[in-house]
Amino acid sequence: MQLISGIPLIYYIYLSAAMFSIGALGVMIRRNAIIMFMCIELMLNAVNLLMVAFSSYMGDNSAQVFVFFIMAVAAAEVAVGLAILIMIYRNANTSDTEVLNQLKF
Amino acid sequence: MEQLVKLIPLFPLISFALIGLLNRRLTKTHAAIFACTGVLLSFIDSVLIFVSQSSHFHPVEVSIFDWISAGNFKASFSFLLDPLSSIFLLVITGVGFLIHVFSIGYMKDDDGFRRFFAYLNLFIFFMLVLVLGNNFLVMFIGWEGVGFCSFMLIGFWFKDQKNNDAAKKAFVMNRVGDLGFLIAMCLIFFTFGTLNYTQLFQPGFMSQFSFDATTITIITVCLFIGAMGKSAQIPLYTWLPDAMAGPTPVSALIHAATMVTAGIYMVARTNVLFSMSPDTMQLVAIIGTATALLGASIGLFQNDIKKVLAYSTVSQLGLMFLALGLGAYTAAVFHVVTHAFFKALLFLGSGSVIHSMGGEQDIRKMGGLKKHMPVTYTTFLIGTIAISGIPPLAGFFSKDQILSEALSHNPTLFVLGMLVSLMTAFYMFRLFFLTFHGKFRGTHEQEHHLHESPFTMTMPLVVLSVFAAFAGFIGFPHALGEKLGIHNWFDHYLEPVLGKTASHLSLSTELTMMGVTTALVVIVILIARHFYVTKATLPMAENVERPAVQKVIYNKYFIDEFYYNFITRPLDALSAFLQNFFDNKIVNGLVNGFGQVVVKGGAFVRQLQSGNINAYAITFVIAVILIFSIFIF
Repeated sequence: MQLISGIPLIYYIYLSAAMFSIGALGVMIRRNAIIMFMCIELMLNAVNLLMVAFSSYMGDNSAQVFVFFIMAVAAAEVAVGLAILIMIYRNANTSDTEVLNQLKF
Repeated sequence: MEQLVKLIPLFPLISFALIGLLNRRLTKTHAAIFACTGVLLSFIDSVLIFVSQSSHFHPVEVSIFDWISAGNFKASFSFLLDPLSSIFLLVITGVGFLIHVFSIGYMKDDDGFRRFFAYLNLFIFFMLVLVLGNNFLVMFIGWEGVGFCSFMLIGFWFKDQKNNDAAKKAFVMNRVGDLGFLIAMCLIFFTFGTLNYTQLFQPGFMSQFSFDATTITIITVCLFIGAMGKSAQIPLYTWLPDAMAGPTPVSALIHAATMVTAGIYMVARTNVLFSMSPDTMQLVAIIGTATALLGASIGLFQNDIKKVLAYSTVSQLGLMFLALGLGAYTAAVFHVVTHAFFKALLFLGSGSVIHSMGGEQDIRKMGGLKKHMPVTYTTFLIGTIAISGIPPLAGFFSKDQILSEALSHNPTLFVLGMLVSLMTAFYMFRLFFLTFHGKFRGTHEQEHHLHESPFTMTMPLVVLSVFAAFAGFIGFPHALGEKLGIHNWFDHYLEPVLGKTASHLSLSTELTMMGVTTALVVIVILIARHFYVTKATLPMAENVERPAVQKVIYNKYFIDEFYYNFITRPLDALSAFLQNFFDNKIVNGLVNGFGQVVVKGGAFVRQLQSGNINAYAITFVIAVILIFSIFIF
């Protein structure tokens, strides 16, 4: 606890921004659906991290409770997302989004 | 009384609805019973009204409902019963009923039996509305309605394209006339502010308005154009002979006895307006005389039994317009009545002949039908004598009245009218002799098939021939009547509406005229007898080269060809131009242009939807960045 509060808030913000940017870039340029999925998780957790950091800084614990909820929901979301991905893989035999471009005009 | 008037047009409408809606669910017998009962009830109703009003006529106005009320324009759906409409009611329902009965036998084997009776009933309904209407708009409903029924019935056998063409011709020509009627209606409203007869023709009503003589002339000429279309006058007469494509009872009812006299009725109804414009009267008289001459001369050389009668109708209508043009409205209406009887009789007689001949209409292939069809023969003879104008049959009295009016107004018109009646006598007896006398000239099977028509067909013939023989006495000539103490009931009856007949000839002039006319007619008949009975000459076959004059007349003065080349073809060319240029290029171009813009735009925009998730994500992120940067800066 001491260690965490010893680190200034600005570093948390830097880290979180970096994680979010990496996630966003990954979603934009990677073609593997699983990697893209992981990048989305990265973005989500960057936001979580930021939220916890601010909560600690403000001395208000309710945000930390929020984050627990978000993680629970995210777990459910991951389960659904991965299930969809597996089904796609079974049908198309690939998870490459270059190939999975049938949903258009 | 009011209720009775309302019922008159209602009966045929109900029977029309019944037959039209139930159609195949009715047996032919039931359909025929409904149709005839509908008209018979109307007839009884008309007779009741006529009898109850006969001593002293009170014009009855019956308002059914307020129809249009917009600003100062008001038109109610109302009926007017006065001596004029009462006479027409009797003729329409009476002759109409007989023709309905005739049709039962004539149309017995036709597939469209029920449809036929439905149309006939609808026609009677519209005709009754036409003569009963108390303003121009209600008359116009009837006017258009009878035109429509005429169209449907001319094209009744629609599987033959020729009939459809005839139907379209009739409809289009009538529309030309209708336009005149419409314009006249608008002008009357703008000038006098009402379309109501009782109001408009009230003595002293029109003098409240300021208008000049030209307005009245334009109004009456436009009305007359309407009458031209409906009553087949030059230049709109060519549809009537073609209208013979319909079944024969239709020709008898619509194209001889009733609908074509609507024009006469309209002019008689608006006689107050016509009397105010001497120029129009002159025009009416001239057109009428010209049409009478034209029709009669074409009739001389026709070989189709119905065509002869059709041209005879055109010619007789011309005589009626001559009378109207002379201001002798009563004489014209009188001729309408007698003409309805003998022309319906002649048409039904020809129907009976055609029925017996198995559809043959060419008189060159008939002959000697006298011994096979005694009833038709006798009644047809009565009709022929009546139309030729031999006393004491009906046609004599009405024609005599018209001729004596012509004599006292304008000797030239009298001579021409006389010529028309002589030609009428000639072509009618030519038709009669060729059909009923001499040897049979048709095929062997036809001769074997010859038979007298059934009772439903001969009964109307007999009844009509009684009227054709005696109806003339209701309008006994004035001068002679005064001497003998016989009253001219018809003139007196119509006096409240049509005014007093202007001129009376002296007794000696009238007697001389009658004597000369009758003598000439008899001579003409003897000439016809000499040609077609004694010498048994036959009209030339179709492909023989005719002498120049006869060729022109035989081909109906090439009027149809003239219309085709100078009116139809330019119009066709104009339509083709409008279709190819205006419609295809401009209108279609505009509409298709809009479509093309949307299609092309869509084709461009749809490329944005590539199906590639990465591309979407990039767009998404860029958009979010843009939105945030807008908020921040």
